[in-house]
Amino acid sequence: MFSSFVHRFSSPKSYVEITRKFFPYISLFGFLLLLIGWIWGLAFAPEDAVQGNSYRIIYLHVPASIFAQLVYFFMSICALIHLVWRVKLAAYLIKSAALVGAMITFIALFSGSIWGIPTWGTWWQWDARITSTLILFIMYLGIITLHGSFSNLEKADRLMSILVVVGVVNIPIIKKSVDWWSTLHQSASITISDGTSIDPSMLYPLLISIFGMGLTLISLGILSSKFYILTREKNKKWVQSYV
Amino acid sequence: MLEVRRKRLGKLLVILFISAVGISLILFSLNSKLDLFYTPSEILSGKINSSSRIKLGGMVKANSIKRLGTSTSFLVTDFQAEVFVKFEGVTPDLFKEGSGVVVLGYFKDQKFSAEEIFAKHDENYMPPELEIGSQSE
Repeated sequence: MFSSFVHRFSSPKSYVEITRKFFPYISLFGFLLLLIGWIWGLAFAPEDAVQGNSYRIIYLHVPASIFAQLVYFFMSICALIHLVWRVKLAAYLIKSAALVGAMITFIALFSGSIWGIPTWGTWWQWDARITSTLILFIMYLGIITLHGSFSNLEKADRLMSILVVVGVVNIPIIKKSVDWWSTLHQSASITISDGTSIDPSMLYPLLISIFGMGLTLISLGILSSKFYILTREKNKKWVQSYV
Repeated sequence: MLEVRRKRLGKLLVILFISAVGISLILFSLNSKLDLFYTPSEILSGKINSSSRIKLGGMVKANSIKRLGTSTSFLVTDFQAEVFVKFEGVTPDLFKEGSGVVVLGYFKDQKFSAEEIFAKHDENYMPPELEIGSQSE
């Protein structure tokens, strides 16, 4: 029974139908949360005692950096599902999530560079946190390129999934880089064990921005995967009747 | 779980294990080279080649900044050892006593002559009024 349930919901057709239903709510809610978080953070949160107003880029940089890693984590779970259970949809989701992941990792690196100029006095340093995030960005590009370089799409799906699994080793390295090595980047402000070192007046808009960013990226992922699925399965009957 | 799936999962775990071991070996062999900067204690322990450009990181010691024209001198401390640093040029806004700093330059004759200064800031964020309150405690 469980497997028939999984097979029903892992068919590209039902994925497109289900996400179509939820898409307006997710995207609208995400957009509103992001808007509230950013307006609150940029206009109403107090300035920082040390960094003044330049800390405000935290409301873009931190959500972007969190999801740069979470998107990859999502992709590695999909890779596991694709490789063990041969679920096609999982591979489609990896391919489309990689685009979103590359975009958000670029934003994380770029906003970090902008933040670095006034505070650190440099926009780039080869420190462990920054370098491991750059490797993550290159991994995303590599995954997209690898998939694009095969004419046999099923083989491409499988090799891409293996590459995703190999690259997941980088994720804990990014997370712990600021603790394992001496870096210019400061250590984590929000941790599960020690709570947070951000004042509540600045923390609430940050949390809202993080949730808003998450939902916005999910809706971008839905759009990207829907486009990819319809293109990839364009010869199937259900797509022709859907379009 | 079907036999064939268990085999696939096993293969996958082997791949993950091999790549984790491989990358850990690389990281262990690089080990301290991945550190962006040396601490004052490491520099004073004498293993540093004076002709190569290195980075020194730590806290700017309180009441140690002295400015003369465009040149600045200060002590960098890790609370165990201190290194005297000389710098010519404009320091970043966040460079001040009691906060973190990374300096790039050469260590010669027990003195560090810096070419560039980067300010390191901590992970605490709070409004100005609260900071004044917490300092007076």
